[in-house]
Amino acid sequence: MLQSIKLRALITVAVMLAAIYYLIPSIYPDMPAQMANLFPKNKIRLGLDLQGGMHLLLEVDTEKAMEASVDRLANSMKESLMEKKVRFRNIESKGGMISIEIASREYRADFDKVLADQFPDLEIKSYDTVDGREKLNLALKPKRLAEMKKTTLEQSLETIRNRIDQFGVTEPEIIPEGEDRILIQLPGIKDPRRAIDLIGRTALLEFKLVDEEHNLEDAMRGNVPAGSILMKGAREGAEKTSGRRDTMYLLKDRTLLTGQSLENAQVKISDRFGEPYVSIKFNPQGARDFDRITGENVNRRLAIVLDGAVYSAPVIKERISGGDAQITGSFTMDDAKDLAIVLRAGSLPAPVKILEQRTVGPSLGQDSIDKGIASTLIAFFLVIVFMLVYYKGSGVIANVALLLNCILTLGTLAVFQATLTLPGIAGILLVIGMAVDANVLIFERAREEIRLGKTPRAVIETGYGKAFITILDTHITTLIAAVFLFQFGTGPVKGFAVTLTIGLIYSILTAVFVTRIIFDYLVLNRKIKTLSI
Amino acid sequence: MELIKPGINVNFVGKMKMFFWFSITLTIVSLIYIIARGGPIMGIDFAGGTIVQIKYSQATSVDKIREALKPMNLEGSVVQEVGSRSENEFLLRIEMSSADLKGISDKIEDAMAVAYGKQGFEIRRIEAVGPKAGKDLTQKGILAVCFSLLGMLIYISWRYEFRFALGGIIALIHDVIVSVAFFTLLGGEFTLTIIAALLTIIGYSINDTVVVFDRIRENMRKSPTQELGEIINASINQTLSRTILTSFTVFLVLIALYFFGGVVIHDFAFILLVGIVFGTYSSVFIASPLIIVWESAFPSKRKRKK
Repeated sequence: MLQSIKLRALITVAVMLAAIYYLIPSIYPDMPAQMANLFPKNKIRLGLDLQGGMHLLLEVDTEKAMEASVDRLANSMKESLMEKKVRFRNIESKGGMISIEIASREYRADFDKVLADQFPDLEIKSYDTVDGREKLNLALKPKRLAEMKKTTLEQSLETIRNRIDQFGVTEPEIIPEGEDRILIQLPGIKDPRRAIDLIGRTALLEFKLVDEEHNLEDAMRGNVPAGSILMKGAREGAEKTSGRRDTMYLLKDRTLLTGQSLENAQVKISDRFGEPYVSIKFNPQGARDFDRITGENVNRRLAIVLDGAVYSAPVIKERISGGDAQITGSFTMDDAKDLAIVLRAGSLPAPVKILEQRTVGPSLGQDSIDKGIASTLIAFFLVIVFMLVYYKGSGVIANVALLLNCILTLGTLAVFQATLTLPGIAGILLVIGMAVDANVLIFERAREEIRLGKTPRAVIETGYGKAFITILDTHITTLIAAVFLFQFGTGPVKGFAVTLTIGLIYSILTAVFVTRIIFDYLVLNRKIKTLSI
Repeated sequence: MELIKPGINVNFVGKMKMFFWFSITLTIVSLIYIIARGGPIMGIDFAGGTIVQIKYSQATSVDKIREALKPMNLEGSVVQEVGSRSENEFLLRIEMSSADLKGISDKIEDAMAVAYGKQGFEIRRIEAVGPKAGKDLTQKGILAVCFSLLGMLIYISWRYEFRFALGGIIALIHDVIVSVAFFTLLGGEFTLTIIAALLTIIGYSINDTVVVFDRIRENMRKSPTQELGEIINASINQTLSRTILTSFTVFLVLIALYFFGGVVIHDFAFILLVGIVFGTYSSVFIASPLIIVWESAFPSKRKRKK
């Protein structure tokens, strides 16, 4: 230990002032700007359980994205093979696997060439020979599969970030986790239901023609003609909970345009009934496509489908060349706004599933803060009084160390902008209880030495010397538990591990280093005859 | 002021057998209880499911709330009142079903709006954990506990001796089992925060044990020919003051948390209280005497008078 008391005292005071300096922005978050510039920007962050907000764990269905991709490849392959005149039968895409029957061996070489040239991402997984025909099963190459998973996750992250940005949340956290999960934290959110809707929608916009050649009732009975698909009508607003049965539509399967062709989407109010609707604008290519499609299909109905539900199917009265269109329905203002947001941000490349959701309302958050502060003050009070009564003068010194410990812990949290949670506050309190232990170890040892008749100076030296190793051991064992807790814990529990760890480290320092300074001063400088302990 | 007289000399080691039997019985009874129950009461963190904490603007009852849930087919959920009477706060727990997570909390909100009106209630918090996440968290929780125990074993073996570590770990396991049984007996639910509490108990209990071990080691060095039993006794007696004191201060802190910390911290503080009590007991009465047991079973290389 450094010999000079002055130096040690100086270091301690300096560190303490630094801690307080860093703490001030957290204690007084609403300082006027000029004052705020004098202090660092780092602040302690409050966990969701203290400030209210929502925590979401999403899983991106990368499987589905992969299957959709393979479906597209299958369609593409059909066209390529037909072009190259490679004869085949029964090309099918299911569950990420394409199965195809080559007409006969002669065509196999040509097929292999097409596969190698145009579909480098696919490989042959297995094959059978049936009646002289070759049946092949194809799937994505593993490397490509892994890449695709990564890209899907990244795209989903990006899209969700866009949506949340537009929704307007302060300091959201959107973090990827593992291969296919996304962790989202939205502090202070007022409408969790809307937020979840917004984030979780796939928002795939498709334009399909209504099939007016076939009979709707017939299809509903089970005879869906080839190339067509049955879809239900969307329900918005009040219709969502009404008991009405879904309206059904028979549409042509082929998607003419998707949301990818959109450039913008905005909420507007209809002049006629004052109802909100979403006005969409296509990008230049999309506008040209839209122009062509509407031109070719005048007097037919074009269905606007979102996430597999038909929003409307208006009649195309004339060719539309401006690239503008409208999506109407019985929207509330919020519904329309949210729809515009997801259309602007783009659709998710794969559906997402909610694995975990935790929402804390702001009132409970404030309550928890209040209770946290109350229990901290009471705990402090109890411990301080006890130390005073039991150890008298030395008790005061120990209490100083405790207070310092607390300030340093909070200051460190501020410097690292760590998150304080309710269990985190409990952690600080627990450290107080345990930090007392360090002092107790030293004091009890000191009492023993006093009984042996040693001088105050010898008492202090031996007391600290012998106790130090024990203090180290006890703190390290608890630290081991804290480290694993941090590793495996989530959210509030992590906050607990953090304050526990920081607190324990400071506890060693304050108990051994700081209190020693005071004792040394008393014993060496003031040369007191007896220790008040 | 002195809680423990300086010259105290209780014969802990002599009464070893009695304490062992007591502890073994307690541990076995606890284990049987937990197993017979089918395990501790799992909170949604591990079992999956949804919790909704609602504050009502007017007094209401568990039955009325169940009535309100009937239209959504949720009346089978567990409903309890939490906090004090005047707060009108209730906790609803819905078992996990295959239905999607988001749907459930929406349904509850709608059902309450119908029964109490939009202003009649406030959702304080919602926690919904799906099966995948539940499994994940369970795994993480178990790993955390196992790794911690392993870490302790290694550290203490390194700093002291292996037989010390074994005694310590056995005492720890006893602490955890008994605390869990007690906690479950009183209806406590196992959540992530409770796992945190268990790990704290582990860390804390080993603390106590280490302090005694430290003294034993010091005394062993001072009097290498003294009988092990005597050394251990002396060490425990010498450190008794400190052991009781530290437990007492942590106890004080936990009391503050238990009474003033609020609903969320309540269970956490309670299991810690139980754990601290047993932790102290096991450090004094089990861990150190176990060293002797180990010694007679596997005598160490150093020569000692028996």
